[in-house]
Order: sequence, then structure tokens, then C-alpha cells
Amino acid sequence: MLQTLQDKFYENFIDGKRWEYILDGLGVTLEVTFFAVIIGIVLGFLIAIVRSTYDKTGKLKILNVLCKVYLTVIRGTPVVVQLLIIYFVIFGSSDISKVLVAIMAFGLNSGAYVAEIFRSGIMSVDNGQFEAGRSLGFNYVQTMIHIIMPQAFKNVLPALGNEFIVLLKETSVSGYIALQDLTKGGDIIRSRTYDAFMPLIGIALVYLVMVMIFTKLVNMLERRLRNSDH
Amino acid sequence: MITDGQVLIKVEDLYKVYNNRLHALDGVSEEIRKGEVVVIVGPSGSGKSTFLRSLNLLEMPTKGHVYFEGVDITSKETDIDLHRRKMGMVFQHFNLFPHKTILENITLAPIKLLKKSKEEAQENAMELLKLVGLEEKANTYPSRLSGGQKQRIAIIRSLAMDPEVMLFDEPTSALDPEMVGEVLELMKKLAHDGMTMVVVTHEMGFAKEVASRVIFMDEGKIKEQGTPEEFFDNPKDPRLKEFLSKIL
Repeated sequence: MLQTLQDKFYENFIDGKRWEYILDGLGVTLEVTFFAVIIGIVLGFLIAIVRSTYDKTGKLKILNVLCKVYLTVIRGTPVVVQLLIIYFVIFGSSDISKVLVAIMAFGLNSGAYVAEIFRSGIMSVDNGQFEAGRSLGFNYVQTMIHIIMPQAFKNVLPALGNEFIVLLKETSVSGYIALQDLTKGGDIIRSRTYDAFMPLIGIALVYLVMVMIFTKLVNMLERRLRNSDH
Repeated sequence: MITDGQVLIKVEDLYKVYNNRLHALDGVSEEIRKGEVVVIVGPSGSGKSTFLRSLNLLEMPTKGHVYFEGVDITSKETDIDLHRRKMGMVFQHFNLFPHKTILENITLAPIKLLKKSKEEAQENAMELLKLVGLEEKANTYPSRLSGGQKQRIAIIRSLAMDPEVMLFDEPTSALDPEMVGEVLELMKKLAHDGMTMVVVTHEMGFAKEVASRVIFMDEGKIKEQGTPEEFFDNPKDPRLKEFLSKIL
């Protein structure tokens, strides 16, 4: 039993340097996730600002409508379909890097969810905080930056951490555009060795470990922020 | 420069209508002179808080004008943020910034808006903290403070901007009874030092003792006003008589 497992392990990961599929795939997965997260945060932040500014002051009406359309479309369609549309329709005739397409697709997708997370965070800050800032003479933007955002960010950190974990796992559909990410890497091994157990359990473990590390990091950050005001 | 006795805030025919129906303010005109302590009383829903909040435009009036130091701040051309710096406001629920220390709460606006150096702002803040006897709380966060302490910090946070007038919106209503005294003490001190104050409150003792003028509001209108003596000893408006008989 142990001997077979050892043999299988050798066959799936060591023989023919197959572990490189896993390692390279992990690199791609992390690269896509990292840049998609950045796009998601920036985009989500900007949209949240537009949306809550409209909610609070009634300004930015047209931008708010655009944001709402974006949110509806992105949240109303599957991420795989969005990925396929961006790759085969929008960039169908151009020779663009698959990694770049994946980054764009997952970034655009994540932005919609992050926007609503940020917006709920901004709205969760008591309006008295806003009034206190304004009555001291801060303008709308300054009040947002110095008073509302720091509190909103702390309120949404757990939800934000969760969104990134979801994003990391979602990139596993990158194989649909033949991008060799972690999942695709494991799948390639499976197609070579005709063994499903080892490569699939292997990549599952890699995802699990990454998610656990990230959860730990978010918890640490959360604890540090909490310490700062009680 | 406006000197004692001159008009600091002038309110002209102010209306505030919610949902086209409820008249929170129904044609209010009033003048606040420099050095005055004006106390506004009235039943809940009388529009007294709306009136106070209109003075620095936290509440945007539907119609009418507010002049501060002779400038029409209700005009669209006016940069209200510049004028708000000179109008301190104290809220019922304190609204200290929970993510900042007491010292940071006090120095934030002077540093960012008045462009004071950090050292200067902190020095000034420590002096104000000494004034209220809370200098040892400088580096703690608001959540560690009692309600009375929070409100005193909120008051000196406004004072740090060196305002021309202080607006108080029911500053003691959210406090436990044993903490009301310390806040009123501080407000009395301010009044004696000549600060112009507009105070919405239910503390009739404070009104009698400190106010230069008491205003009674009801149904969005100013129904009666006068010195504390004539106001409390010889009320004329029937609604005021009824109001006073209930609370005194």
C-alpha cells in the first residue's frame, strides 16, 4: 500500500520533472490573483466612492448609473463566461497574453464584489462621524479620507479577506482559455499518467495551504487594527 | 472683525420642509449677537435642532438665508467649509473619532485645515485638555472614556479650531445623570469667558443661570423669547406655559 503510494507519487510528480507543472502553475495562479486583487481593490474602491457619494449627496448621477450597470452585468453572469468573452470576443482577433486576459477578467469581476463590500463599509460608519467631520470644516473628500475610510476599511476587512480567498480559488477556471495555472497543471499531469488521485489531491492541498496562510494573515491584520482602538 | 454686541449670525425667513409636508422650520428669523448665550427650548419635534443645524448648514434649509459674519452662507458661491471652521458644533452623541486617540481627535482639524505644525497643535491641545482636567487621557482612545469625558473632549475638539461661536445640540441628553454636571460646568466656564453660544437643551437650570436669552420654539416657529427672568417667571404664549408647567 505504502509502496504503491510512493510509486504513484514518483510517477506523478518526480518522473519527467512533472512537479514543474505544479510549480509553474502555482506561479501563474499567484500572479493572476495578485494583480487581479489590485485591480479589484482600485476599481471597487472607486465605484464604492461614486456610489456612496451619490447616496449621501445626490451628486455623480451619471457615473452612478454606469457603476450600477457594471455591477449588475458582472454579478449577474458567471466569471467563466466573462473570461471567455474577454478572451474570445473582445481580444478574439488580437494576440494578447493569456495571463493578461485572466488578470483583467478576474480583476473586473472582483471589482464588482469589492465595490459592494466597500460601500457597505462606508454606509456602516455612523452618520454622526460624517457630520462631526463636516462641522469641523473638512470638505466631503477630506472627511472621507481622514474619518470615514479608516473606519470603513476596518469594518470590511474580514469580508475583503474572504473575497480574496474566493478570487484565488476562482482563478482555477483559467484553464478554459488554456492558461496553465495550478489547476490546469494538475490536470495535465493527470492526462499524462492516467492517475487522477495524486495530481488532483496534490493541487487541492496547495490551494488549501495558500488559503490557510492568507486567512492567517488577514486575522493578524484584523487583530492589529482592533488593538488600535480599544 | 465683529465685536461684542454686534450681529454674528443672522437668520432670515428660514424654512425647512421634509417630503413637501412636514414643516420643521416655518419661517424663522433671528439674530445671534457676539457674546450672547442663546438657549433654545421646546418640545421634541418643535424644530429646535433643525434650526441649530441650519446655522452651519448641516441641515440645508429649503428656503431663506443664513448670514455668518455678514456673509450669506446659504449662497451657492460661498465655500461653507471655510465658515464651518469658525462655528464649533457639539453633538448629542459626541461623535468622537473612534479610530483616533484623544490627542489626535483634537489636533486633526487644526493640523489639516489651519495648517498648524504638529507641535503647535499638540501644545494647544494639551492646554485644552488641562482646562478640562483630562490631560492624562491624551493618548487613549475614545472607547476608554465615560460619556461625560467624551463630551468634554468633543467640546474642546471644537474649541481647538478657535471658533467664533459654539453650537450645542442637546449636549447632555445622552449622558447618565451623574455626568451632566461636569459638561454643564464646562459650558458655563465657556459662557463666562465670553464665548458666543447657541444651545439646544432641556436643562432649564442651565438656561436660567447662564442664558442671556431664552427662545421657545414650537411647530417650527419661534413662539416666544426673552431674558431668563421674563421667560420663566412671566411666560405669555399658552404653549410655553403648558411646556413649562410640564417640565418645571
